Amino acid sequence: MALERLFRRNRPTRKEDDNSPAGLWLKCDSCNAQIYRKDLVANLHVCPECGHHYRMPVDARIAMLADDGTFEQWSGGIQADDPLEFVDTQPYVERMEKNRQKHGRPDAIVTGGAQLGGESVGLVVMDFFFLGGSMGSVVGEEIARAAERSAHEGRSLVAITASGGARMQEGALSLMQMAKTTVALERLATKRLPYVSVLTDPTTGGVTASFATLGDVIFAEPKALISFAGPRVIQQTIKQDLPEGFQRSEFLLQKGMIDDVVERKDLKLRVATVVKALTSGMREPRREAVHAAAV
Amino acid sequence: MPLPFERPIEELEVKIRDMQAYSAEQEIDLSEEVAALQSRLDRLKKDTFENLTRWQRVQVARAPGRPTGLDYLTNAFDGFQELHGDRTLGDDPAMVTGLAELAGRQVVVVAQQKGRDTKENITRNFGMSHPSGYRKAMRMFDMADKFRLPVVCLIDTPGAYPGLAAEEQGQAWVIAESIRRMSRLQVPAISVVIGEGGSGGALAIGVANRVLILENAIYSVISPESCAAILWRDAGEAERAAEALRLTARDLIEIDVVDRIIEEPLGGAHTSRAEAMANVKRALVEELDGLIGLSTDELIEGRYDRFRALGRFSLAA
Repeated sequence: MALERLFRRNRPTRKEDDNSPAGLWLKCDSCNAQIYRKDLVANLHVCPECGHHYRMPVDARIAMLADDGTFEQWSGGIQADDPLEFVDTQPYVERMEKNRQKHGRPDAIVTGGAQLGGESVGLVVMDFFFLGGSMGSVVGEEIARAAERSAHEGRSLVAITASGGARMQEGALSLMQMAKTTVALERLATKRLPYVSVLTDPTTGGVTASFATLGDVIFAEPKALISFAGPRVIQQTIKQDLPEGFQRSEFLLQKGMIDDVVERKDLKLRVATVVKALTSGMREPRREAVHAAAV
Repeated sequence: MPLPFERPIEELEVKIRDMQAYSAEQEIDLSEEVAALQSRLDRLKKDTFENLTRWQRVQVARAPGRPTGLDYLTNAFDGFQELHGDRTLGDDPAMVTGLAELAGRQVVVVAQQKGRDTKENITRNFGMSHPSGYRKAMRMFDMADKFRLPVVCLIDTPGAYPGLAAEEQGQAWVIAESIRRMSRLQVPAISVVIGEGGSGGALAIGVANRVLILENAIYSVISPESCAAILWRDAGEAERAAEALRLTARDLIEIDVVDRIIEEPLGGAHTSRAEAMANVKRALVEELDGLIGLSTDELIEGRYDRFRALGRFSLAA
């Protein structure tokens, strides 16, 4: 939940935010190569030289996943209240207003319906550039609605996560979004509709400890930071250096926590293949079940 | 060791005891003076505890001597039998689980356990569970469903442990799974925040049909110290953060995060332990009576409705 820290450490990559002033060239954070910005964008925000996966703007993400012209936006109808009248270095209402202005959406999420490789899906895409992708009431509500609408319309659900965790400016209510998103996902489960979650850099805190890790299949992009507690917090706790690659996608794959590390260029195909495979069983005529399956 | 704001109370108590001792020793009647001091003490206690700041309540919630999970299990319940182990990784001493009776009714219990002294705190990892603890809790939820026994969870943790092994073993995964597992329970579930409800590590055993909280307990998305470190870059601003986070029982009932506040004796649960435990027992019995007749569907849908409704937002401008 260390949003500010994540911001600070990764500030150079924020240049990739579609709202920031764009230079023609930029230096890769990972390999230091000079990259032509248009090449980076054309390459799905992956460095053409070293394959470093930059954080991806939401619109580009949707364009990359949804079949052309099929995305129909569901989210955007609600915006955050300020139930705690929270003020830190600035009031929460002002912070939110600035973010809404800057990013042109009410909160850190976009959801909608789409065809993905010909499969009908509900799509949930988190926006890390909007207040660290933190999950407050609106983010939780939009995810819950997307899960329920998908269940209702017989769609699979695909979530692309990027978040610093729960939004502390909404206090315990933000914590409760972990439970809210989880109970809503149950609507998909009872209908045997697949839920695929894709963890991107970074996915941490309360988002990791709720809907992000409840996917029937969990993919992660290369070298994404995926954690419950942030590396800094752990370092302070154990007072030791962390092992190389700790809490990165490849490490989690090795530990058995995710199904695969998938490069961005392959992501759409991999997700579509999984959705197709998992929904195929339900399309077959069914024999009588011998045992009632526990769902 | 009294809490900082308890010092005037303690001083007065000492004075009364001294006066009583002197009176007995010297065989002088000081009963009027003692009575005057006693009434001053009562007023002081009342003034102090009825007007605790949020930060002071954080301190009460964490006070040494406050009844812990095991204290409740062995006093407010009967015949507690601990059942150990997650059958996968080990046995987490920060999460105590087993079988017990509550006023004659058999229940499955899951309790987060802080230490009652330094030594036990080290054993119990200060009440911070590893993934093994949540796996053990989930094993209990399975057992409760299988044998149709209600579940009672006692929440008291600074949070799930943020350590190397915990991350490697999927701390985030087990918390998410435990939230889901609880939401699927086919039996009544009640959670009580008895001390500290620290973030996801607390919520993992908090997806109940009824969520109760003790008057001086807290429940928060992040500890005041961590919040202060992030927002003001200074853990010393914890008092400010505690105010901003609105993490007390009275704050939480207003936003429907908790359903009922259990009163504590004046002076806090740590000063009148038996009374506090009796209050919790009474509340648990009443709440369980209200849930026991419900069908499986009503219980699952009730839990769904309860958590689905949480959050505050408006139509977008």
